[in-house]
Amino acid sequence: MSDVLAAELGAARGGGAPRWYRSSFWTYLGGKLLGATISFLVMLVIGFTIFNVMPSDPVAMLARQHPTDPAQKAALRHQLGLDLPVWHRFLNFVGHTLQGKLGDSWQYHQSVASLIGERLWPTVLLIGSATLISVALGLWLGIRAGWRHGSAFDRTASGVSLVLWSVPTFWLGLILLVLFTVGAGPIPSGLFPAGLMSTPGFSGSWLAHVGDTVHHLILPCLTLVLVIFAQYVTIMRSSIIDELGSPYLLTARAKGLRDDDVRRRHAVPNALLPSVTVIFLQLGTIVGGAIAVETVYSWPGLGFLTFQALQIPDLPLLEGTFIVLSASVIVMNLIADMLYRVLDPRVRQQ
Amino acid sequence: MSALTAPPRIGRARRFAGQFFRMPTAIAGVAILGVFTIAALTAPLYIHSSDLDVTQATGGQLAPPSRHYPLGTDQPGRSVLLLLIWGARASLAIGVIATLLAVVLGSAIGLLAGHYQRWLGRGLMHLTDWFIAVPSLPLAISLAAVLGQGATSITIAIAITSWTATARLIRAQTLTVEARPFIERARALGAGNVQIMVRHVLPNVAPLILVSTTLTVAGAILAETTLTFLGLGNPTEVSWGTMINEAYTGSAVSRGAWWYLLPPGIAIVVVVLGFTMTGRAIEHILDPRMATR
Repeated sequence: MSDVLAAELGAARGGGAPRWYRSSFWTYLGGKLLGATISFLVMLVIGFTIFNVMPSDPVAMLARQHPTDPAQKAALRHQLGLDLPVWHRFLNFVGHTLQGKLGDSWQYHQSVASLIGERLWPTVLLIGSATLISVALGLWLGIRAGWRHGSAFDRTASGVSLVLWSVPTFWLGLILLVLFTVGAGPIPSGLFPAGLMSTPGFSGSWLAHVGDTVHHLILPCLTLVLVIFAQYVTIMRSSIIDELGSPYLLTARAKGLRDDDVRRRHAVPNALLPSVTVIFLQLGTIVGGAIAVETVYSWPGLGFLTFQALQIPDLPLLEGTFIVLSASVIVMNLIADMLYRVLDPRVRQQ
Repeated sequence: MSALTAPPRIGRARRFAGQFFRMPTAIAGVAILGVFTIAALTAPLYIHSSDLDVTQATGGQLAPPSRHYPLGTDQPGRSVLLLLIWGARASLAIGVIATLLAVVLGSAIGLLAGHYQRWLGRGLMHLTDWFIAVPSLPLAISLAAVLGQGATSITIAIAITSWTATARLIRAQTLTVEARPFIERARALGAGNVQIMVRHVLPNVAPLILVSTTLTVAGAILAETTLTFLGLGNPTEVSWGTMINEAYTGSAVSRGAWWYLLPPGIAIVVVVLGFTMTGRAIEHILDPRMATR
């Protein structure tokens, strides 16, 4: 983890360019945008290789669904552009992706872009709420644990995070599902709905709809929080411990500040910086967790869509979800770089 | 330790073992791994193919734990305990093989990137960064889906998505080792690039490769169970992931059959913890500064 941060700092530091040049915000932004663009292109190369080069014969896979004779296959091959050289197909692929043309799903007979559009918001809602809650919880626990490291509180918090980190997301989801929908011991059955995002055939006011969605959101969100908050505890705890020996904390104490003030006003703001980067860098892991959670709770988002696409396997749909999920992680990393610069004056001045 | 010769290894190994077995977490981790490895390796001695065959199952459907079936039975009536022991074989094998592939790839890239610090090294580090930017589960899912169901495709998918951390770690360590005087001495005596990397740098980064391996196995086993749960595994092969998948797709969840759902998940948690605790303990000895983390 720390080497990722070191690389971030190293990248921000730049080479031996003159000072005015290095300190320019636009140069920084341009460099990061260029990096993100290259990442995006590399991701497209990976996606193209997986979905367009590796399958030996996409036409044969398509033809499994409908009986086709060789002439039709040749026509289909031409129509899909499979008779073109690889580099030409790659350029077409990049062009289509940038225009949002992701092809048609084999199982839904609908464009992949429109399917993804329908399923995007439930995922944003789930990932967004789970991230906010786990960041707040993780940072709070991490600060407390790191400040008194070695204490009973620290050992409990670290132990619980280590165990939760080792728990497979989908299994935890299933356990909560059994506990709160089927019921066990003192927990009544049907406390929470078993899946989906809203009760089918539900009618009521606007506020009742919101309440219904929240009721469906609680279990998936709780599962995701339990699995991801542990990482924030670990990161925040170790960066607080790194700050503990710093002379400025001694100064703050010498000024006569109370322990709480030393922590809140001096240690935490400094320790927060590495954590912010890591929060965004962890988004890839959260996306992975969301695929498992959405599958367990049939939450109608991109993760569940990926699972449904896997059952066929519906390659154009899988390709679409892969591109959208990866692109959003790249965008989030870019935002992290920007935020880091805003938050840390040292990066701004270098 | 003399500054001009490579540090001696045998005395270091003994001191390492002495420190290692004084840590409770290290003993617990190694004990867990030992028990699971022995159970997985000796399973064919007491589990027969008829025990795992759906058509020859003798127990009741989803029967709760009893004297004859200590962990109850699954839908076709097989013993969950025997399935659990047999499932360790597939889950551990895929996790370990995928990790070995990932660690070999990651170490090679890290070593090359640390040794050749000019364009090759920079290019390799950029490649690593780009791979880190792509979320690993969607990438693994896509790879495994295109390669087809089965253990081989899952292994390849996990290996391709988990080498980056090792590459970064080994590169950083290679840079520190290369700055030490004995490398300069070797170079002055006429050692070539390959000799320096293999004879001098590799033995000194080897302990870190070990740490990286144990921590990567933990992640690889989680990835394996996730991919098999999503239905990418071989459905006829028993593994912890397929057991949870069957509990989910079958009626185990809706009928509250905790004896079928709990054991494979607990087994995964315990094994992953075992690998993580072992890895952290080795890390702790190698770098005491990490001890507080």
